[in-house]
Amino acid sequence: MSAFSAIETKRDVDQNEFTPDIEPQATWCPGCGDFGVLKALKGAMTEVGKNPDEVLLVTGIGCSGKLSSYFDSYGYHSIHGRSLPIARASKLANPNLEVVAAGGDGDGYGIGGNHFMHTARENHDMVYIVFNNEIFGLTKGQTSPTSPKGHKSKTQPHGSAKDPVRPLSMSLSAGSSYIARTAAVNPNQAKEILVEAIEHDGFAHIDFLTQCPTWNKDAKQYVPYTDVQEDEEFSFEVTDRQEAGEMMYEAESRLSEGEVLTGRFYQDDRPSYGQEKRHTGEMPEQPLAERYFDDSYEWERSADLMHRHR
Amino acid sequence: MTNDELLWRIAGGSGDGIDSTSQNFAKALMRSGLNIFTHRHYPSRIRGGHTYVEVRAASHEVKSRGDGYNFLLALGDSFARNPQEDAYYGNEEVKPLTENLDDLREGGVIVYDEGLLDETDVADLDEQAEENGWHVYPLDLRGLAREHGREVMRNTAGVGATAALLGMELDPVEELMEERMSGEVLEQNLEILEIAKNEVEDREFTHDLQIPAVEDGQKQGLAEDHEQVLVSGSTAIAYGAIDEGCRFISGYPMTPWTDVFTIMSQNLPEFGGIAEQVEDEIAAASLAIGASHAGVKAMSGSSGGGFALMSEPLGLAEMAETPIVLVEAMRAGPSTGMPTKPEQGDLEHVLYTSQGDSNRVVFAPGNAQEAYEQTRRAFQLAYEYQLPAIVLYDQKLSGELVNVDEAFFDREPNPSLGSVLTEEEIAEAPHHHSGKFNRYQHDVENGVSPRSVPGQEDGRFLVTGNEHTPQGHISEDPDNRVNQMDRRMEKLESIRAELDADDQSSQTLYAPDGAECQYGIVTFGSQQGTVEEATKRLSENGHSVKALGVSELLPYPTKDVKAFLDSVEQCMVVEMNASAQFRGLTQKELGGYGDMMTSLLKYNGNPFEPEEIVDGFESSISGDGDAPGHSTTFVPAAGD
Ligand SMILES: Cc1ncc(C[n+]2csc(CCOP(=O)(O)OP(=O)(O)O)c2C)c(N)n1
Ligand code: SF4
Ligand SMILES: [Mg+2]
Repeated sequence: MSAFSAIETKRDVDQNEFTPDIEPQATWCPGCGDFGVLKALKGAMTEVGKNPDEVLLVTGIGCSGKLSSYFDSYGYHSIHGRSLPIARASKLANPNLEVVAAGGDGDGYGIGGNHFMHTARENHDMVYIVFNNEIFGLTKGQTSPTSPKGHKSKTQPHGSAKDPVRPLSMSLSAGSSYIARTAAVNPNQAKEILVEAIEHDGFAHIDFLTQCPTWNKDAKQYVPYTDVQEDEEFSFEVTDRQEAGEMMYEAESRLSEGEVLTGRFYQDDRPSYGQEKRHTGEMPEQPLAERYFDDSYEWERSADLMHRHR
Repeated sequence: MTNDELLWRIAGGSGDGIDSTSQNFAKALMRSGLNIFTHRHYPSRIRGGHTYVEVRAASHEVKSRGDGYNFLLALGDSFARNPQEDAYYGNEEVKPLTENLDDLREGGVIVYDEGLLDETDVADLDEQAEENGWHVYPLDLRGLAREHGREVMRNTAGVGATAALLGMELDPVEELMEERMSGEVLEQNLEILEIAKNEVEDREFTHDLQIPAVEDGQKQGLAEDHEQVLVSGSTAIAYGAIDEGCRFISGYPMTPWTDVFTIMSQNLPEFGGIAEQVEDEIAAASLAIGASHAGVKAMSGSSGGGFALMSEPLGLAEMAETPIVLVEAMRAGPSTGMPTKPEQGDLEHVLYTSQGDSNRVVFAPGNAQEAYEQTRRAFQLAYEYQLPAIVLYDQKLSGELVNVDEAFFDREPNPSLGSVLTEEEIAEAPHHHSGKFNRYQHDVENGVSPRSVPGQEDGRFLVTGNEHTPQGHISEDPDNRVNQMDRRMEKLESIRAELDADDQSSQTLYAPDGAECQYGIVTFGSQQGTVEEATKRLSENGHSVKALGVSELLPYPTKDVKAFLDSVEQCMVVEMNASAQFRGLTQKELGGYGDMMTSLLKYNGNPFEPEEIVDGFESSISGDGDAPGHSTTFVPAAGD
């Protein structure tokens, strides 16, 4: 029998199971987009039938990082920018876990940018949600990597001289195998995209537009939004790298002009990192974490290697 | 000069195959029944630059590099740049012959490759040889290798010449070649070995040096009937980890930590484990945390600069109480420093790096056996007490090869995850009425609150680097804060008590003349063997002295060190750094003793030789501490 019966037993899950019975209540500001992510994630996990004890939600630091406090599952509120390396190792240690990483735009595209690039490249089978509010929320409104050029804040009093990062294009060139953008104001699409992302076998990156009414007042409710799959203006193949890339470029450029394009931008079915690693013989077939609970396992010893040293 | 030990130095350029040739030669000597200790010196370069390895071989126990050397096989640097006298780096080609030549003992033997090195390059060699009683045998090793095989085989020719000059049997060398090579390469090597030997045997010898005789019953510290294995400190660390059930390693290459990382990466896939080379050291430490959190025994590591990047995740592991083992292989700093040279300058860095009060275990093993034992202990403590445990070592211990009784490694594995609950136990354990498991309970034995692992039914909780309630929720409540802080700090006290209760202390006392002594010498980590050898000689010189090698650095072994210091009048602290960090730590932990501790420091990139400690000690008690001709620094006791 598995040491992890939460994973083994499949049962119906109620959406409320992901809501802590009592404290802590979400402390986000009224109208904050982060509520939308929480709700969509609860809905999506319920729909895919995962129960709270088989989900590991690893978050970074920021208003967004609090997600794991308000979502009842195994949670790991880590340090600024480092949710991905923690999350992907947990997945390698126990591939049967449902692993989700989440954090802010500063967290993921700034301080943790290197991990974003490499986790995408490796195509770990997990979901990565970036709460993109185009601002540093928790530290009170400084310019972030996604803030538009000219954005004024206390630390950029004359307006930012930098072009914002292009998160979707970056994700594509880094190697994510599922890339989407959704918005907190579009809960149905958000949930559907999250369900797809969870079910996708590979690194699924969602750039989640989350309005910050407190620090990003001039903007930005991300309405009206357009779904690129539904609007007739756009026709592109999500599995075609080149077309997807052009569509992403368009969406990123238009966001700077105030137009919100959401939807699925890219999808491919290349093998996940776990599959690749098993294929090269560098990862066991059975989850490594199970072995530590298996009393019958014969552990290898360094004594087996002594012939090399005689 | 005595013939009871061979100090064979093979010198060439990086890329000349010095490392593998010396390893095989050392193994051959071990197989013929000698004790071995090697010392490796190399530049941070791939091709070219003076590289040498010293193989010390004796029928008595050897715990250290020796003083100088008595046999030089100088191959010359075939990848030297600018072989001109006035070049910035000097004439590199001849450095393997000329550099540190004054360390060659009187009566020593020199073989050099006259195929590469010109007599005129070292104009005064004859004069120097005359003066020091050296015996010089120029040989065209390159020409010989080219004629019968390929140029790279000049190393083999050098070994053949060595064997002839030392009266050594070729069997073990040939045997090793047969195990390692095949086909034409093997044939050519065997031929070159033989020819070189014969050619040299035809000459007239003027030297006395011979291979040390192996006398039965003379070998100390070795069980006669046990096979010996040749291992490095890095191998011992990796094997300790394997025997503790560590099956996950994440890292980023950096000298000298790369050795452990490589050994683990080569073995783990075979053992159904996972090795990950990742984007940087922040990721490396974070991956180890993620794997450990999910229920796997995990490690990471680095050297100075890379370890600095691990600071923040290290603190997270302390706060979150996620067990991890890190190894830190010191090299000379600050910054990039001297990447391939040993130093013990990261002690304070490793003890304190990361914000807040540090809450970790740090061991500094004194030799390969201790490296194995203490790595195992680090895993046990990390997983039982849920904190980071660090093995601090250096470039010296990392690469030095010693022979160890093979039976030493014949141990039971210990894959236990420590204080992790099973699902049955979780069902019985306290939960909050919200359903969350009380992962961080306030009042628990030894400060350890057992954990669950993601995927276990009803075990869910929140981990956070913020201060937190028993369920892991962020909390700044002052009472909870003090409670959690005290509980985490209590773990260190419990560990101290557990270590003190051990049958055998991790501190190594060396007292050749018994416990009653006027003087003491204390060191930490990798200098232990050299200090012991120096102490032995001092005691033979009539001094009343004993030594202590300290391995437990955090929590500090107050009892052991205090007892040692209290039992002597004066103590010299030996360490490889410029600011006497270990002496400072000792003063801080013991709250005194500054007026009875002197320091002998060395930070020129080379580990201590026993003689430097002998001379440093003698001049510290009879003079002002100056030891002319040595690159050590003496610091008097406080108040002097
Ligand atoms: C290493 C480090 N640097 C800086 C901080 C301070 N800090 C906390 S959150 C944050 C930025 C938050 O912005 P973002 O990631 O976009 O998250 P948001 O609050 O907008 O959701 C910063 C700079 C920190 N916690 N750690
Ligand atoms: S500051 Fe902005 S991002 Fe943070 S909780 Fe408030 S509205 Fe949300
Ligand atoms: Mg933000």
